[in-house]
Amino acid sequence: MSKVLEIKNLKAKIGDKEILKGLNLNLEEGKVHAIMGPNGAGKSTLSKAIVGHYDVEVTDGEIIYKGKNIVDEEPEERALEGIFLSFQNPVEIPGVNNAYFLRTAVNARRKHLGLPELNAAEFLREMRAKVEELGMKKELINRSLNEGFSGGEKKRNEILQMMMLQPDVVILDEIDSGLDIDALRAVSEGINKSKDGKRSFLVITHYSRILDYIKPDYIHVLKDGKIVKTAGPELVAQLEKEGYGSFEEN
Amino acid sequence: MAQEEVNKAIAGEYSLGFEIDIEQDTVPPGLNEDVIKFISAKKDEPEWMLELRLKAYRKWLEMEEPTWGKVEYEPIDYQAISYFSAPKKGPESLDEVDPKILEAYEKLGIPLEEQKQLQGIAVDAVVDSVSVKTTYTEELKKHGIIFCSISEAIRDYPELIKKYMFSVVPMTDNFFAALNSAVFTDGTFVYIPKGVRCPMELSTYFRINALNTGQFERTLIVADEGSYVSYNEGCSAPMRDENQLHAAVVELIAMKDAEIKYSTIQNWYPGDEEGKGGIYNFVTKRGICEGENSKISWTQVETGSSITWKYPSCVLKGDNSVGEFYSVAVTTLAQQADTGTKMIHLGKNTSSTIISKGISAMKGQNTYRGLVKIGANAHGARNFSECDSLLIGSECGAHTFPYLESKDNIGQVEHEATTTKISDEQLFYLRQRGINEEDAVSMIVHGFCKEVFSQLPMEYAVEARALLNLTLEGSVG
Ligand SMILES: Nc1ncnc2c1ncn2[C@@H]1O[C@H](COP(=O)(O)OP(=O)(O)O)[C@@H](O)[C@H]1O
Ligand SMILES: [Mg+2]
Repeated sequence: MSKVLEIKNLKAKIGDKEILKGLNLNLEEGKVHAIMGPNGAGKSTLSKAIVGHYDVEVTDGEIIYKGKNIVDEEPEERALEGIFLSFQNPVEIPGVNNAYFLRTAVNARRKHLGLPELNAAEFLREMRAKVEELGMKKELINRSLNEGFSGGEKKRNEILQMMMLQPDVVILDEIDSGLDIDALRAVSEGINKSKDGKRSFLVITHYSRILDYIKPDYIHVLKDGKIVKTAGPELVAQLEKEGYGSFEEN
Repeated sequence: MAQEEVNKAIAGEYSLGFEIDIEQDTVPPGLNEDVIKFISAKKDEPEWMLELRLKAYRKWLEMEEPTWGKVEYEPIDYQAISYFSAPKKGPESLDEVDPKILEAYEKLGIPLEEQKQLQGIAVDAVVDSVSVKTTYTEELKKHGIIFCSISEAIRDYPELIKKYMFSVVPMTDNFFAALNSAVFTDGTFVYIPKGVRCPMELSTYFRINALNTGQFERTLIVADEGSYVSYNEGCSAPMRDENQLHAAVVELIAMKDAEIKYSTIQNWYPGDEEGKGGIYNFVTKRGICEGENSKISWTQVETGSSITWKYPSCVLKGDNSVGEFYSVAVTTLAQQADTGTKMIHLGKNTSSTIISKGISAMKGQNTYRGLVKIGANAHGARNFSECDSLLIGSECGAHTFPYLESKDNIGQVEHEATTTKISDEQLFYLRQRGINEEDAVSMIVHGFCKEVFSQLPMEYAVEARALLNLTLEGSVG
């Protein structure tokens, strides 16, 4: 089984506080990995470390992506190479047209991959089809990026971007939080359709609910800055019953 | 030949004697009545115009330079400025022009022909104090539209000039307006007859070419009843080590049911990071909505000049008249801008809109100063103002001074102001989608300016966007 992402002994700080304390995790090509853990365990910090967020300072360890340590790479380089993060709280950018932004991003990625850029018509055709699949309001295409979007609309917009950008590794940080059941279903369907046997997913959540829709291949428990348990999907039921308390560091 | 050498060569000519000889193309630095007589003679002006100039000059001598602006600069020596200069012979070809300047033009997408003009290579171009080359004159004539240099207008349409010049900006309005009134060397005159919709965008490309030369243009636009005109001015100037003074006056008059749309893209040389060099842009622009239902709209994109002091204003005299001010002002390097507008509501049910976007980067200082005045008879007057500031980096500054004077309680005035920083979170979001930092900043800034850019005619909007990118290049990180 080939590993697309290998995280080895990762230590990371936010400010002066060490959050990740020697974390190990392997992501397999084409698989869905779920990370579960209590609030404040360091789940978002892990996702930020992978995409090179300025808040997080990696002090030790490696993040090997496609065979290369990316710890010192710029965020845009990692993105162009195919790492996508669906943000827990997507930021609003007034005045920046949603479609224009996404076309710029898609074409930056296509250029990086040596593909021809999409013209406005080609892009819009594709975008509209995906908007429909996600059950998004059409008008959101021409609004300012995330501005005044509801929680559910923001999350749908994240999945729309993921579907258009076709990344190799998709990190979903609490994609399920703040979603009603219809939105959860639509978002999950979008994610499931994006499974192609090669693309890998890292689904970060502290509710098991979304895992009824997106079937994980592996469950990892993150506690106090480390992965303390890795198992198959059967672990979800046990977590539901017993919570995280029973997992001690191994 | 490098630009510096060109400058030196030009500068050399100034030492050629101090007598004012009508045959020569440049007067030596300094201002006195003889200089004004020289200018007037050079322009072949009628006696009455010279009298007006001299009157303005005598008033100016008694006036004080204003100090209330939030700008700082070394005192200007008005005797060190030369007040008239015909075009200099520029470099022979673009090969002789500083590659840095050409690179800037390249990035702006300025066509080669225009690049040559900007460098003074084509002699018939718009240079210095000599008249604007007015294209389309013939086509416009068919509609009875007058579009010519102000000097021509003084000679050919004295009745219109006597009636309207100084009617909106009196010669003693302020220190710089008085100076301009005494020494203005050129500018544009536009007259749109009753009921005529001007069939094309009118535009003028002013520039300051010769070293040490003040630029004092004067523009007058009269839109008669039921007419419409859209006028655009673009300004740019090559790099200089010295500060140059630019004190222009623009007067707009809109009669009943007439509309004037006035757009400016100002890209005078901004000086360097230490504030050395650059244009002092001290400009008085004012329009009067004379008749009922008339409308004046100012749109400005100000990216250049080391100091900008400019308040395009509207006097809303006619009932139901409308005034608008849309502005993007960018200060980067060590630029200082104190700009805004005045909306003077006199007529009933008059309305005004102010949208001001200030962007500061590096050591730039950006001040919005605006006045909304509602007169005693202006029942039903409305104003909406929105003044937003965007900061890039931590050394720059944004300041907002909105003033409101109301003599009428029924007026409805709304003011919104925001100051935001380009947030790291926004930048990061875009970078996580594969957009590099510079493009990400540019995307956010353009988003910020969108409401103003959408007011510009299409091709100017394109130029404004390119200019904004160029201006902010290297100001991040
Ligand atoms: N910007 C920040 N500044 C200071 N502390 C932070 C910041 N972000 C997160 N933390 C702290 O880091 C720890 C882990 O946070 P996070 O990774 O967001 O947890 P999770 O996503 O698992 O709920 C928490 O104790 C949180 O308070
Ligand atoms: Mg979190």
